Amino acid sequence: MDSGTDAQLLTALRAGDERAFVTLVRRHHDAMLRLASSFVPNVAVAEEVVQDTWVGVLRGIDGFEGRSSFRTWLFRILVNRARTTGARERRTIAVGDTEAAVAASRFDGGGSWASPPERWIEEVEDRLEAGKLADFLRTAIDDLPDRQRQVVTLRDIEGLSSEEVCSVLEISESNQRVLLHRGRSRLRQAIETGFGRPS
Amino acid sequence: MMRLRLWRRDLVCQQAVELVSDYLEGTLSRSDRRRYEAHLAGCPHCTEYLAQMRKTIQLTGTLTPDDLTPQMQDDFIALYRQWRADSPTD
Repeated sequence: MDSGTDAQLLTALRAGDERAFVTLVRRHHDAMLRLASSFVPNVAVAEEVVQDTWVGVLRGIDGFEGRSSFRTWLFRILVNRARTTGARERRTIAVGDTEAAVAASRFDGGGSWASPPERWIEEVEDRLEAGKLADFLRTAIDDLPDRQRQVVTLRDIEGLSSEEVCSVLEISESNQRVLLHRGRSRLRQAIETGFGRPS
Repeated sequence: MMRLRLWRRDLVCQQAVELVSDYLEGTLSRSDRRRYEAHLAGCPHCTEYLAQMRKTIQLTGTLTPDDLTPQMQDDFIALYRQWRADSPTD
């Protein structure tokens, strides 16, 4: 039951299969919790939003026609619930253009690397225990600014397309790209800071 | 010839690192992509940087969800059964 596409599980769920429900919950819980947490003040509220979202899914399941992917539908419900829960709802802040992918201090006056990227790919592949790296990455993702965390969670953890992410978060394609670029750049920097060795 | 010179103007590393995501997303213009790739050909540091960004994305994509705690699983099963009980149709 842990295998199967979302669509197959959805069919089973419609037929009243409780295990299909639990499998879907388990599959998406982390990303849903992470996304919800970026809208509300604490984990307890985020957990309520996730539960509330599943109630919405169960209520709406017969009306879901599959025009969007299940995940897009699921995350749209989540974002709507999280926003109406609203304790931390803020007006949309324009994506400023001030954050650099790499700190300016690492380049010389001509824009060439003065302090080049430290090497870490071999380190994390060969010597690091997978669980330790996963924990490190989760923390780094949780430390991202909210909007970057939302985009990185949906794109890179859940694997939604850029169009789906724009639809779920109601942001423009260009904002999505900027937030993704910054989020990924910060994660790369976090890994370098954690595991890099001067080349 | 003038146009050729214009789009072959060299990128510096500080600009190149800002193009990585658009490069990986396939959203760079053809001329910017050429400039970026020309820069990579002569810059081992930016080549390493690109490899690290690819690796970062790959690592993020392989994160597997923490399993639900037994308590959470019970809560969701209860939620499901409650919904079934409240459903008027069956």
